Amino acid sequence: MNEGLSEFHYDVLREVGNIGAGNAATALAQLVGRPIHMEVPAVLWVPLDEVAAHLGGPEKPVAGILFRVEGEAPATILFALPLTQAYTLLDIILGRPLGATATLGELEQSALQETGNILTGAYLNSLNTFTHLGFRPTVPALAVDMAGAVLDYVLAEFGQMADQVLLIETEFQAEGQEITGYFFLVPEPPSLNVIFRALGVG
Amino acid sequence: MGEVRRVGMADLAAGRDPVVLVTIGLGSCVGVALYDDQAKVGGLAHIMLPQANGLPVTNPAKFADTALPLLVKKMEELGADPRRLTAKIAGGAQMFQLAQPTEMMRIGERNTEAVLSWLRVAGIRVVAQDTGGSWGRTIELDTSTGELRVKTIAHGEKRL
Repeated sequence: MNEGLSEFHYDVLREVGNIGAGNAATALAQLVGRPIHMEVPAVLWVPLDEVAAHLGGPEKPVAGILFRVEGEAPATILFALPLTQAYTLLDIILGRPLGATATLGELEQSALQETGNILTGAYLNSLNTFTHLGFRPTVPALAVDMAGAVLDYVLAEFGQMADQVLLIETEFQAEGQEITGYFFLVPEPPSLNVIFRALGVG
Repeated sequence: MGEVRRVGMADLAAGRDPVVLVTIGLGSCVGVALYDDQAKVGGLAHIMLPQANGLPVTNPAKFADTALPLLVKKMEELGADPRRLTAKIAGGAQMFQLAQPTEMMRIGERNTEAVLSWLRVAGIRVVAQDTGGSWGRTIELDTSTGELRVKTIAHGEKRL
């Protein structure tokens, strides 16, 4: 199924991603009262065993926020970023001086989950506009641990049907900082085809 | 310490004394370390899913029921005797605690069950186990002693 994604499929996904990123940037900027720029520089189709390398290697500490997505094409979404980048993102979101966040207490965890909510909501809204499939995120769960361990649940879910995974790179720019996070969209087996059909590229 | 050989996700390797086999960042995946004490041959698998369930298997190292026979075979090629093998296993965590868990959320537990059940049928005794919880593990099998080191970020280190 998925190995046959064409350049056209990537373009469509990147477009959906960029519109979502635009909406998310607006929502985040309103939340923090400062301009935030976001874009999707790349949509990648990556072999399972190379995914952790994108986050700095399997031993690198990362923060991951997991969402179940309901609707006509159920899926799982993981938003993951290196822990150091999560700290910088939290400095920006919480209006702290850069470098001030160095641990994930209750406040930081909830701010990170809320940021994940906003981003995921914006992406799904964009996807809903294109597909009318009624994607709805459920309450997120957070894990902070080695990249390999945080990723392997979603990779296992994906790995049931394919040896490669869809990765949506997301770049944030604010206060002169650049932060790169990754969205993993893991459709349940028939869902990816449902999504592409709804996008008119099935 | 001997040459360190990395075992990736959905990957496996065998080695003889003094090789050290390492796999990093086991979450819901299960690491299986097999060891033949006399031949000083070890094997390590980083297993991702319980069974192939009839799907085409492009990578046998991904599934418990296809990875473990392959691992034993690779160890035999290095001189191990399957009747002497013992097993140590680690991983099988549940990294995320969702409010409405799905069957897939139990993947760590199901991986552990699948590994234990295969080992039982194969007659390989499990001598140590560090599974479950909600944290990641990195494991190192020293083929000169059979010791398995289990490292975590926030839950200390164990020697099995």
